[in-house]
Amino acid sequence: MGNRCAVIGIGQTHYTTKRRDVSIAGLVREAALRALEDAELTWKDIDAVVIGKAPDLFEGVMMPEAYLADALGAAGKPMMRVHTAGSVGGSTALVGASLIQGGVHGRVLVVAFEKQSESNATWALSTHLPFSASLVVGAGGYFAPHIREYIRRSGAPEHIGHLVAVKDRRNALKNPYAHLKIPGIDLRMVESTPMLWEPIRYLDTCPSSDGACAMVLSAEDKVTGAAPAWVLGTAMRSEPIFRAGRDTVNPQGGKDCAADVYRQAGITDPRREIDVAEVYVPFSWYEPMWLENLGFAAEGEGWKLTESGATALEGDIPWNASGGVLSSNPIGASGLIRFAEAALQVRGMAGEHQVDGARRALGHAYGGGAQFFAMWMVGSDRP
Amino acid sequence: MREVAVVAFAQTRHSATDEGQSEPELILPSLEEVRRKTGLRKYGFTCSGSCDYLAGAPFSFVSALDALGAWPPISESHVEMDAAWALYEAWVRLQHGDVDSALVYGFGKSSQGDLREIMTLQLDPYYLAPLGLDQVSYAALQASAVKADRARLDEIVRRSRADGRANPHALDLPDPAGEDFEVEPLRPYDIAPVTDGAAAVVLAAGDLARELCENPAWITGIAHRIEPHYLGMRDLARSASAAEAARAAGVGKGHVDVAEIHTQFSHEELILRQALELGEDTLVNPSGGPLAANPVMATGLIRIGEAAQRILDGGAARTVGHAAGGPCLQHNLVTVMEA
Repeated sequence: MGNRCAVIGIGQTHYTTKRRDVSIAGLVREAALRALEDAELTWKDIDAVVIGKAPDLFEGVMMPEAYLADALGAAGKPMMRVHTAGSVGGSTALVGASLIQGGVHGRVLVVAFEKQSESNATWALSTHLPFSASLVVGAGGYFAPHIREYIRRSGAPEHIGHLVAVKDRRNALKNPYAHLKIPGIDLRMVESTPMLWEPIRYLDTCPSSDGACAMVLSAEDKVTGAAPAWVLGTAMRSEPIFRAGRDTVNPQGGKDCAADVYRQAGITDPRREIDVAEVYVPFSWYEPMWLENLGFAAEGEGWKLTESGATALEGDIPWNASGGVLSSNPIGASGLIRFAEAALQVRGMAGEHQVDGARRALGHAYGGGAQFFAMWMVGSDRP
Repeated sequence: MREVAVVAFAQTRHSATDEGQSEPELILPSLEEVRRKTGLRKYGFTCSGSCDYLAGAPFSFVSALDALGAWPPISESHVEMDAAWALYEAWVRLQHGDVDSALVYGFGKSSQGDLREIMTLQLDPYYLAPLGLDQVSYAALQASAVKADRARLDEIVRRSRADGRANPHALDLPDPAGEDFEVEPLRPYDIAPVTDGAAAVVLAAGDLARELCENPAWITGIAHRIEPHYLGMRDLARSASAAEAARAAGVGKGHVDVAEIHTQFSHEELILRQALELGEDTLVNPSGGPLAANPVMATGLIRIGEAAQRILDGGAARTVGHAAGGPCLQHNLVTVMEA
């Protein structure tokens, strides 16, 4: 797997609907400076910059790495731009890690962002090539039928999604950076919100956020700062969106990606061996679905784990202690936030939403039509 | 660094007009050609480069994945950049040592929009893009800064177009003629033609590369650098980032037989020849270069592919492939390949 790689710095912005006080450059710089500060480094200590975001139509800036080179201290250095749909934040971290693991650089800054207030993401997601007319509006319109199919197959009761929404939003109350903070959130409140895409109600879905996340990744001999999070396994998987027979409820790409990461990290029983997971759940029902896809539960059994409270902050396999994508969703950054939050947990730096004694954590992102996957496992012990 | 080589290259017969093919249809023949050349149908890693703004719709790379037939699921990534950077990502991935082959491809259909205007959207959105400074206008600023001799530029275009006519993949363009300016000092023929096209490259490591082809084009150096975005912060007559990337890739460590460089405007050849320190005895853009065919997002990958092909064919010992991005050569990637 090449050279060892560690996360030595993490920086996030406060996620919110509109950051009118900063430009796109100001937003990414804010996250990057916090990551550098965490790593006790300055711009000159960085060898290369990798930036990720979702489609350029979200802000209307084509190939923004060109414009953002100045703000990210990249002048005179190599800079790359990754785009793998919703999984892009995860892929950005993996390309950065790859530069270390491949022995090309000693320290890499990875940054992902979305400033959704600059545009209209649902419009940008609903624009299709003229030869493929679509009846789908936004991501929820695409994913709702897959959720209905999950419910049909598993026989899950209808309140399961709402339980996830309540759990993640309660966790968000403990995360200083989270976007949606709804004091007193409970099942009744979620159930009372309007139906958007059957069975997804308003509070079962993620917000549109402005925000950026950054990480400093380091080779073993260049580690600085407080406790590093060691990268134990990395993988990306993609499958075609229109392949007949593809199972969009339990995609093969997700299963293969998880298996690859577990193999590298020496994990044979994810439920027992992983202490905390940050998993890309933009619609509440994706928690039980991904519990099965990632091997935490047998097929059709994921919703029972959710219902039992196992995935709550005080459960035996806390999922999305940070509040997850349901609470903060600057789309291009959402995957990187999952990867960063996993690293924060094993560094013991997650503050109020810290899972006691977390030593191994999974970061997960997915995108496109549930066809792109990026995952990593990080740990507090050097591999 | 682990030994990695280009072992196969394929490109479309590029077109100056929309021939009714979708982006996935454009890429399919090149994918099939490199599969046939190598006999490989599965790769340890796959990476592509494209740009949504060429189609005016999000997720160009998603439908390309369908063309690829990525089943069972593959280890794959995408850069919203010229596919030369996808090749760089694949080269880095091969350095890990756990996979031995990579498929890289890029595609673009410039005919679907107005490239000059689209490239304006690449500029700082708050201060520069609203000015409406289009691609040819800012290139003209750079051409003015170079103070290029008109006869020298005409010679570059004449040579590029003649080489392009001899290249079955490039466009058939006439010799430069006319006194009109597009944007002074650039004449219409100083500007790369609007082109649709795609390309694919296969990389392989060590013994697999030796197995797959007789003359692998070994990548002995590859590096890229970006410069400040604002045109006023750079000496437009020079390319510091191309020079630094060339130094890091080791261009100067030996004689360069052939250099394929990403010149979308004739004056860029003068800047890049100097930055890459190419001697008069280096053959520059024998394919015709971007002035003879410029399928945006694949153009840089094609430069690496064309430079590699000279070695694969046994005709050259040491070549350079160069790719550029951003306004006025802001971002440069240099690859050195040896037999």
